[in-house]
Amino acid sequence: MELVGLTKENIRKISEIKHEEQWVLDYRLKSYELFKKEAMPSFGPKYEIDFDKVVYYKNEDISDIKDNWNNVDSCVKDEFKSLGVIDSEKYLSGIGVQYESEVIYHNMLEELVKKNVIFTSIEVAMKKYPDLVKKYFGKIVSNADNKFASLNGAVFSGGSFIYIPPNTTLDRPLQSYFRINSRSMGQFERTLIIVDDNSDLHYVEGCTAPTYSDSSLHAAVVEIYVGKNSHCRYTTIQNWAVNVLNLVTKRALVEENGVMEWIDGNIGSRATMKYPACILKGDNSSGTCITISVASKNQQQDSGAKMIHIGKNTTSNIISKSIARNGGNATYRGMVDIKKSATGSKAIVKCDSLILDKKSKSDAYPTNICRTDLSNIEHEATVSRINEDNLFYLMSRGLTEQKATELIVLGFIEKFREELPMEYALELNQLLKRNL
Amino acid sequence: MLKIDKLNVIVKDKKILNDFSIDIKDGEIHAIMGPNGTGKSTLSKVIMGNKNYKIESGKIVFNGDVINDLETDERARRGIFLSMQNPISIEGVQNSEFIKTAINARRNTPIGLYEFIKEITAKASELDLKEDMIHRAINVGASGGERKKNEVLQISLLKPSFIILDELDSGLDVDSLKKVCESLNKYLEENPKTSVLIITHYPRILEYIKPRYVHMMVNGKIVKTGNLTLALEIEKSGYSDTFNISENKVYE
Repeated sequence: MELVGLTKENIRKISEIKHEEQWVLDYRLKSYELFKKEAMPSFGPKYEIDFDKVVYYKNEDISDIKDNWNNVDSCVKDEFKSLGVIDSEKYLSGIGVQYESEVIYHNMLEELVKKNVIFTSIEVAMKKYPDLVKKYFGKIVSNADNKFASLNGAVFSGGSFIYIPPNTTLDRPLQSYFRINSRSMGQFERTLIIVDDNSDLHYVEGCTAPTYSDSSLHAAVVEIYVGKNSHCRYTTIQNWAVNVLNLVTKRALVEENGVMEWIDGNIGSRATMKYPACILKGDNSSGTCITISVASKNQQQDSGAKMIHIGKNTTSNIISKSIARNGGNATYRGMVDIKKSATGSKAIVKCDSLILDKKSKSDAYPTNICRTDLSNIEHEATVSRINEDNLFYLMSRGLTEQKATELIVLGFIEKFREELPMEYALELNQLLKRNL
Repeated sequence: MLKIDKLNVIVKDKKILNDFSIDIKDGEIHAIMGPNGTGKSTLSKVIMGNKNYKIESGKIVFNGDVINDLETDERARRGIFLSMQNPISIEGVQNSEFIKTAINARRNTPIGLYEFIKEITAKASELDLKEDMIHRAINVGASGGERKKNEVLQISLLKPSFIILDELDSGLDVDSLKKVCESLNKYLEENPKTSVLIITHYPRILEYIKPRYVHMMVNGKIVKTGNLTLALEIEKSGYSDTFNISENKVYE
């Protein structure tokens, strides 16, 4: 079954299929009204979307969430196997996988159950833990935030819900894979992560998508709450097919002494607009965003980070590495805003671009605002081409120009790679090699 | 091994190599000495195929093939190695990963990780090179001496048949120079067909790696050839005097 076009009826149907409570439906309809009022973004890549042709919901008659691979439909299972999802499960704490719109597989290791960690789909969470969800849902990213956040509010489907209770640390990262697999299929997952006080979470989100000729739309919203003295790291590498529009709002609210880290890679998609944000509300809280973007032929990566300093003595750190090649456009767009209240704060922004040929482009649009004399922002930016001396050195040892370039490019994003779990770093190497 | 015939190279309207010729046979060690700006380093880069230098005329023949138009990496895989005067550092590219890739560029099947680590660790300790240098990004934070040792480390692992040592002793203190030369001599003993071209300002290195021929290079060409005595003569009297005294003995 699939629902095409953005109408009240379709939104009601989505809600009906999911057996949602009234407050969820109300939220969807309110978001739809906001969506109609909102204008398209005035900045960044230009694209046309025919919202009437987008598929907003699709399921493959997989009605319940499965807890074991053996109960999952075999052709679905094979696809995930080819992506390496099943194998990697052995190494990670638990995997929530979204195949098209329904979360079809959910498994939690005993450790998580024992520690009262909740790791489930947003739909299940809305039914089982409504109070917990209501407290945070839509509070960090409002449905009035931007057109695509409104859209997501209206038609969200799938996505993870994670709750880490106070004083809890997990031994391994949690992981989820998302995938668009139908023509014109929009994917609107909604993720809500709550890391309660004195706790720690590393969440890894993986994205892969096969290629289709029509434009697919991916408009996700990720909300993260980082409690007092807590730490959350969110790692993702998106590798959407080059016909996907990837328009994502990711934001974390960080309480006193909390630490939020976004490790964000953008390799695929036709156009990406993504600026992971930290609202540093609590005193002494800190935010980091390490982001890479690789833009090749017909690709526009418009990415960066946002750091909003509100609490005293807050610190933020943005490291952005852009690579443009073969006519691609990799742009850094970011904002640091140190509010008047955020005395004693410090922000560092470092963005580097590597442009591999004359056809490609890389721009930087940094906005740095410091509203108090008692804080400061450092900004550093470089644009470079592959250094000929470096190339000569590597080639003089017998490496082909391509291999040498590959090593230099991987070296350029080393700061990002070293933050990744091992299997992800290897996967990234493979992806980049294929893309060079 | 390497034969250069009447090579002319012009950089920015200036003739850097001027009918330069040399013939280095298998297993021979040659040294080229000459004042600053005489084209010694240009020569090494031209042999290695650096694209910043255009050959106007003349031939570079390596093992019987004219290699004028070969890419740098192809020359390297055929066995030419240039130990650079000032080895650069490359941010983010791990030294061991780089060397392993270079080894594999010469093999059909990739080298086993264990075998590689064992070999590189052994060679590094032979050179007194800190193990940490192996795993760091190429020469990042390394001293001049460490960089030179890293070049020699690569020689011992990539096993070239023709080695150019461009000012090997610069940046190396006496003890390190000795160590590095011992390692090179060991390599030459084990691989007796390997030829070496030493490019140097000072005869100091020639005490450790003994050349069969010493050439004196001035204004882009070899003006005189002799043996170790020529090097000592140059050290004693300087380039201009040495050149003037025995102009009639120009090497053909």
